Amino acid sequence: MLKEIEAKISELEAQLRELDGEPQEAVTEFRRNQLRRDIRELLKECRHLTPADRVYLARHAGRPGTKNFIDALFEDFFELRGDRQGKEDASILCGIARFHGQPVTVIGHRKGTSLEENLRYNFGMPGPEGYRKALRVMRQAEKFDRPVITFIDTPGAYPGLEAEAHGQGEAIARNLAEMSALKVPVISVVTGEGNSGGALAIGVANTVMMLENAVYSILSPEGFASILWKDASRSNEACDLMKLTAQDLKQYGVVDEIIPEPLGGAHRNPSAVYQALDTALDAALTHLRRQNGAALAAHRYRKFRTMGSAFQMLPKEGF
Amino acid sequence: MGVIVIDLFLKRKEKFLALQALRGRKTPKPQPQAEADAVKKDKSGENASVFVRCPSCGKDFTRTSFAENLCVCPACGYHHPISAYYRLSLILDHGTFSELDRRMASSDPLAFPGYADKLAAQRKKTGLAEAVVTCEGEIEGEKAVVAVLDSRFLMGSMGAAVGEKITRAIEYAQKMRLPLIIFSASGGARMQEGIYSLMQMAKTSAALQQFDRKGGLFISYFTHPTTGGVTASFASLGDITLAEPGALIGFAGPRVIEQTIGQKLPEGFQRSEYLLEHGFIDQIVERKDMRATLALLLRMHDKKGKTGC
Repeated sequence: MLKEIEAKISELEAQLRELDGEPQEAVTEFRRNQLRRDIRELLKECRHLTPADRVYLARHAGRPGTKNFIDALFEDFFELRGDRQGKEDASILCGIARFHGQPVTVIGHRKGTSLEENLRYNFGMPGPEGYRKALRVMRQAEKFDRPVITFIDTPGAYPGLEAEAHGQGEAIARNLAEMSALKVPVISVVTGEGNSGGALAIGVANTVMMLENAVYSILSPEGFASILWKDASRSNEACDLMKLTAQDLKQYGVVDEIIPEPLGGAHRNPSAVYQALDTALDAALTHLRRQNGAALAAHRYRKFRTMGSAFQMLPKEGF
Repeated sequence: MGVIVIDLFLKRKEKFLALQALRGRKTPKPQPQAEADAVKKDKSGENASVFVRCPSCGKDFTRTSFAENLCVCPACGYHHPISAYYRLSLILDHGTFSELDRRMASSDPLAFPGYADKLAAQRKKTGLAEAVVTCEGEIEGEKAVVAVLDSRFLMGSMGAAVGEKITRAIEYAQKMRLPLIIFSASGGARMQEGIYSLMQMAKTSAALQQFDRKGGLFISYFTHPTTGGVTASFASLGDITLAEPGALIGFAGPRVIEQTIGQKLPEGFQRSEYLLEHGFIDQIVERKDMRATLALLLRMHDKKGKTGC
């Protein structure tokens, strides 16, 4: 549904651009206003998005990625590469930077914008080396008492032969365990799609934020449909059942804060998103900075210890 | 054909026998229901259920001989998946078993269509409340907390209740200063619980990290099959990591990998032996040596009668 609206909007926008070359006459001015009004009307329809629409937006090619957020929000970014065990995995971007003057460690999944880049970054699907690099950088952040800020945007950890041979499961597990005990503030922002353990592996944070149209789930809707119903084409149905939107997850306590996006998605006005995220990060960081290392680790542990509690006690007999 | 392939998982009566034995009551050693089944006939009227066909080599054996061999194929050594209680009855000193959180079950947090019925059916089929049994017991006199995932229950998948039971077992071990042993067998996270399942990975791993910092001993024992969110959380965090021969262990399932890379996977890929070769497992331990090996390791870490942390 959203896809069609977007197509209509871009058509109108193309017409609007064509008019730019024309002289400033009353007729063209009238036409311009007409087009702008039509676009506004169309955008209003984007107020009520289905979960499938949000999945579409979360994967949108124009959506700002980790690199864009780093460029917009931080100064003096300095990239740190390699896992020190034999490989550099470019699908995770790590580095140190300044946020409002304060040194922080930044980690995020990286997707490309062109085919060449996508191949280099493996479409944002890290192997174990990427997670080990992230862990190395997190340990370093702890050593230098730098807060860690992570950006989550991945279709999932890479399901490949080499990734398995090098211990994808072990790498993710180690990250989850060690990240839970870091003695510095950790903030995670789900910016696009956050799928599976591949997303969570850099998401064990004191504060978890999520962009309004981002999605966060156990698996991609396609994978979900293919596991449950052996039919990946039923992914739209899966989207409705999976409860993967920021609004649902806030209700479940998985997400602390939702960062608003402009109508029609973050790509329509990225700077508005940067601005909102900047404010939210600054507030969260200031708040977390008041606690000492042990308290931060304890806070994170308690948070994830109680998060996702959903069980019941069955009657003594009769099951 | 007079032979059908039957699963050797314990039936309800066998579970009862196993439990009786674990609790130290005088009952015969639990054995799969060979005698009772022998009387049953299949549609063709022949004695079908006396025989078991090994899914690996295809050879037929009598149920009794298969059971005497601990559900390991006498010909090819295939380790057939076994139920949680049966496994516990093989390793614990009889009479020392005391179960933790026996009645804890999933509460269907996403109200997923059809899931509640599915859970009820699984409970009825297996006699288990959830896909994991956690308990305290002794192995050759050494106290330990043991958790065993049961692959009969929705493929041993980890939902909120499984994650909570595992976490409580870890916390109990930490509190009682006991070593911890977890036998994993799981298809991964439980889809029907969505994000709740995903968060169990963080929860169990975080609990193990605390246990680790307190000096607790954790032995992780992979059994066939262990994939997905369980491999990517507690199962991979052992101080000592063991596996049954031929167990499938991985993060992504073989089918997904084949689809992604568009080629057939090599023979033995993601099997215990492959993981051993790649440095992710300490030793492959056969089922018959399981109890003795665990006892040896527990004794080795025993500190004047107080094992663990």
